[in-house]
Amino acid sequence: MNRLATCLNDLASRGEKGLIAYLMAGDPSPDATPLLVEAVARAGADIVELGIPFSDPLADGPVIQAAGQRALRSGTTMAGVLSLAARIREKIPVPLVFMTYYNPILRYGPERFVADAARAGADGLIVPDLPVEEAGSLRDLADAAGLALVPLVAPTTPDERIGTIAACARGFIYCVSLTGVTGVRDRLPPEVAEFTARVRRHARLPIALGFGISKPEHVAAVAPLVDAVVVGSALVRMVGENAKEPEILADRLAAFVRALKEPLRNEAGAKP
Amino acid sequence: MHAATLPDARGYFGPYGGRFVPETLMPALEELTAAYRAAREDETFREELNYYLRHYVGRPSPLYFAARLSETLGGARIYLKREDLNHTGAHKINNTIGQILLARRMGKTRVIAETGAGQHGVATATAAALFGLECAVYMGEEDIRRQALNVFRMRLLGATVVPVAAGQKTLKDAMNEAIRDWVTNVRTTYYLIGSVAGPHPYPAMVRDFQSVIGHEARQQILEQAGRLPDCIIACVGGGSNAMGIFYPFLDEDVALVGVEAGGTGTAPGEHAATLNYGLPGVLHGSYSYLLQDEDGQVLPVHSVAAGLDYPGVGPEHSLLRDTGRVRYTTASDREALAAFELLCRTEGIMPALESAHALAEAVRLAPTMGRDRIILVNLSGRGDKDVHTVAAHLGVQL
Repeated sequence: MNRLATCLNDLASRGEKGLIAYLMAGDPSPDATPLLVEAVARAGADIVELGIPFSDPLADGPVIQAAGQRALRSGTTMAGVLSLAARIREKIPVPLVFMTYYNPILRYGPERFVADAARAGADGLIVPDLPVEEAGSLRDLADAAGLALVPLVAPTTPDERIGTIAACARGFIYCVSLTGVTGVRDRLPPEVAEFTARVRRHARLPIALGFGISKPEHVAAVAPLVDAVVVGSALVRMVGENAKEPEILADRLAAFVRALKEPLRNEAGAKP
Repeated sequence: MHAATLPDARGYFGPYGGRFVPETLMPALEELTAAYRAAREDETFREELNYYLRHYVGRPSPLYFAARLSETLGGARIYLKREDLNHTGAHKINNTIGQILLARRMGKTRVIAETGAGQHGVATATAAALFGLECAVYMGEEDIRRQALNVFRMRLLGATVVPVAAGQKTLKDAMNEAIRDWVTNVRTTYYLIGSVAGPHPYPAMVRDFQSVIGHEARQQILEQAGRLPDCIIACVGGGSNAMGIFYPFLDEDVALVGVEAGGTGTAPGEHAATLNYGLPGVLHGSYSYLLQDEDGQVLPVHSVAAGLDYPGVGPEHSLLRDTGRVRYTTASDREALAAFELLCRTEGIMPALESAHALAEAVRLAPTMGRDRIILVNLSGRGDKDVHTVAAHLGVQL
């Protein structure tokens, strides 16, 4: 079984839920990324999702768009991110998932990309503009390389389609909490319980919930519904605000990640 | 030969097209595809569309023999398909009327659009006003600056113009933001794409609505000249006016030429000639030629014509490029401006700078062809919106 599913299943067997932390590779600089990933992993992130910047990120809100621009300005390339992943992997065993758009993968060469990503130590891949109908060839290549192509399901996805997506899911299923792009939100939509229950009925793999989840209260509220929670923009915003002071930044990220993980440590959803 | 049955069921024109969008939008694209298929087969829908095209848009648009232009160039006879005479001043309204009727059928209460030059934005705002729908138009800040007249027109028509400050602040960035709006408001909102780009079914649907241009032109040239033209020329940004005029001629023995924006040079950032200098990739929901760097990042583009200032192109054009059925060339900013002035002075017609790119190719070709030959140019829009830009290039302060 893929390391992502194994990681989340192990947590579940201990009555714990997973925290998936998203960071943009190369933001604010390529050298900062291994330090920041290590900081969030040691503070309690069970899986790290590493964004590979793309000029036109359709599924991302302003915070991650800005991070992608900072990463591109700092000279981040596909080859550069792959070597960062290898550096991270040398230091810590935290499972790594790449999140990028389809065009950078196409340009690099899908076959070469999955091979190099797997060699760098990545465990999975999320491509938000690659729906199940278009994903077949990349999934086959990823399977052969031992990389899990993690699919997304949305609140608008009908039941039958959730079944189709779940049937070819790898690693875990990423539930998008709301109709919208990534970004910090004050509150989560009330339908999220009904939505995650629908996904759960079809899922043989762990399910994770992301988009808009930005504070420990959100995490506590959704923890009983899913196996893992993804926090992205809230962390990335912190990177943006503290880009000039990498030492302080790592400490701040670590403290925030500890607070986010806290509601996930005890019995599912119990208050700390 | 180009199969008239394209795209296939998955929205592919050969290897190009498809649907590369966030999962949130996939059910909406399925719904749209089904609604469009049903509307096409529905006599009532077709009658309604034809009613508005005739009595509101002013179709058929004239086919005009440009005698003085032809005489001046001293070669082939040039005919102009006068899409500039449509209501709102460009071909864009053919598509927005079709899609707004579809949006109403689907029960949507709000429409959104992206715009570059503002022609599609104005045409969408117009159609939304006609049917009382809420309308938001995304437009890059750079385009807002150079197309101030169209921005004000949209606001007069009751639309909200949303400035986009990301990227190069032009059409590509406006389309990114429109897609993000659609992902957020997909349950109530209809996304009215203005070109033959985007995910399936948009490239086929927009082509179908625009092919009224080619169908009329075919009948008109047969009436006026007694035969089909030797060559048809249209400008290509996303490619909707070109697909619209080419489509009914794909299986005929007629040379088809698409003219991309050559800008000021051939280096990245100096042009917007996707089919000439790009490589296949994915942007805005479909697999098609794309101006991109070696790392797959989308490159900046330039054209004097805001409506051509786009790093992608419709997927059907990509196939037509690969098969060689259409020849895609470029016209520079300078050639387009010269063609703009030439048409003003020889025919008293002020073309849009986009359409002036197609004219520039006619200016090059006509003298090489005999006087018995016929060139048909799609004059896709009028140039009132471009007067400030032209003045600036001529060094005139207005």
